[in-house]
Amino acid sequence: MAVVHFTPQLRRFVATPEVQTSAATLRAALEAAFETNPRLRGYVLDDQGHLRANVVVFVDGRRSGDRVRLADRLEPASRVFVMQALSGG
Amino acid sequence: MNDRAWVATRKGLLELRRGGSAAWEIARASFLGEPVSMLLPPIGGTGRMFAALNLGHFGVKVHVSDDCGATWNEVAAPAYPQQPENAPGPAWKLVQIWSLAEARGTIWAGTLPGGLFRSHDGGASWQLVESLWNRPERLEWFGGGYDVPGIHSICTHPQRAGEMLVGVSCGGAWHSADDGASWTSRAKGMRAQYMPPEQAENANTQDPHAIVRCAAGPDRLWCQHHNGIWRSDDNAASWQQVSGVPVSDFGFAVAVDPRDGDRAWFVPAIADERRVPKDGAFVVNRTRDGGKSFETLREGLPQSQCYDLAYRHGLAVADDGKSLLVGSTTGSLWASHDAGERWSVVSNHMPPIFALRFG
Repeated sequence: MAVVHFTPQLRRFVATPEVQTSAATLRAALEAAFETNPRLRGYVLDDQGHLRANVVVFVDGRRSGDRVRLADRLEPASRVFVMQALSGG
Repeated sequence: MNDRAWVATRKGLLELRRGGSAAWEIARASFLGEPVSMLLPPIGGTGRMFAALNLGHFGVKVHVSDDCGATWNEVAAPAYPQQPENAPGPAWKLVQIWSLAEARGTIWAGTLPGGLFRSHDGGASWQLVESLWNRPERLEWFGGGYDVPGIHSICTHPQRAGEMLVGVSCGGAWHSADDGASWTSRAKGMRAQYMPPEQAENANTQDPHAIVRCAAGPDRLWCQHHNGIWRSDDNAASWQQVSGVPVSDFGFAVAVDPRDGDRAWFVPAIADERRVPKDGAFVVNRTRDGGKSFETLREGLPQSQCYDLAYRHGLAVADDGKSLLVGSTTGSLWASHDAGERWSVVSNHMPPIFALRFG
């Protein structure tokens, strides 16, 4: 199962459960996380469902470059980290 | 309520209280460390109030309090609908809540990139006012101080339900008399020197930095524009530029006496290209006769080596028409209890001040 971790920076705003998922793509994995806490969605994605400009996602150590489709492939042992981008201050 | 005020800052929302000594004191800090772009004070004698946060990483959030700011709960933030493919103009993504107003139970939010939202359920849900968003003129709006245009002023009407005027930087002023079902441009008379000559009087290109309405005489509006000060006596059907303004007619903020529309205050800076006080002296300009004449008020304000600038929401007057606050983008806050004759420092150590509201 892939595991999705969220930056501790988010905890002061919203609960960020660590999610284990069989999702095959980054977007599906994030949707699994949002199912456990719907309020988390607005902190990670913008109005159009794109990754927020100042949020960055790493999949198995690589920074995701697809901020619109979030189509990165996940493996069963993938580790996903959703972090704040320092461009946001 | 004249003994409580709110300061929305780059690093939190500060509540000010005024005790028997008449001096303002910071009574509480909420959202410490987070940017608060705008607030709506407790509504109509209730404890219900709103704060709009603009988190650097995680987007715009709205919080409500039912106990005058003692505790807060997050509610839904306005969200733009799905953007059609190849839709022109700025991305349909909320950048900032720039203005908040309440009228007859409806909460209104003006935003960057130019959408007006309304909530009928106390912030539980928001609807984009599509009648304004879908105006073809919106695509000609442009940013003023930001990459995208925004609605910074919402002037509801104290007597007529469903009537309002909103100010847009940069897109002029827009009026609705049918609760937002339809809109007409109402910036006739304003003039934009930053445009080519043939576009200077185009109402849709105007940059009204802030627009305020007099509660007691709502046909009277004041506008601190990018290129000067304008007044309307006919509910924005026409605007007249005010001449003879001392020090400078450039600035961002304006406040009008809620009891007397002839009385208004402004905070001048040198000019568009040099946004600091003239001669290093921070002053407030006041008119008491509808703009025929002005007084420049200085007592208690720094008169040398001052670089403070009051941004568009950085000036407020209370219901009494005498209590004033002016705050700067470099974190200074001054208060007056006598309509601006004399000022005293509340703090020189606040975060950058985005907005001030009494109530």
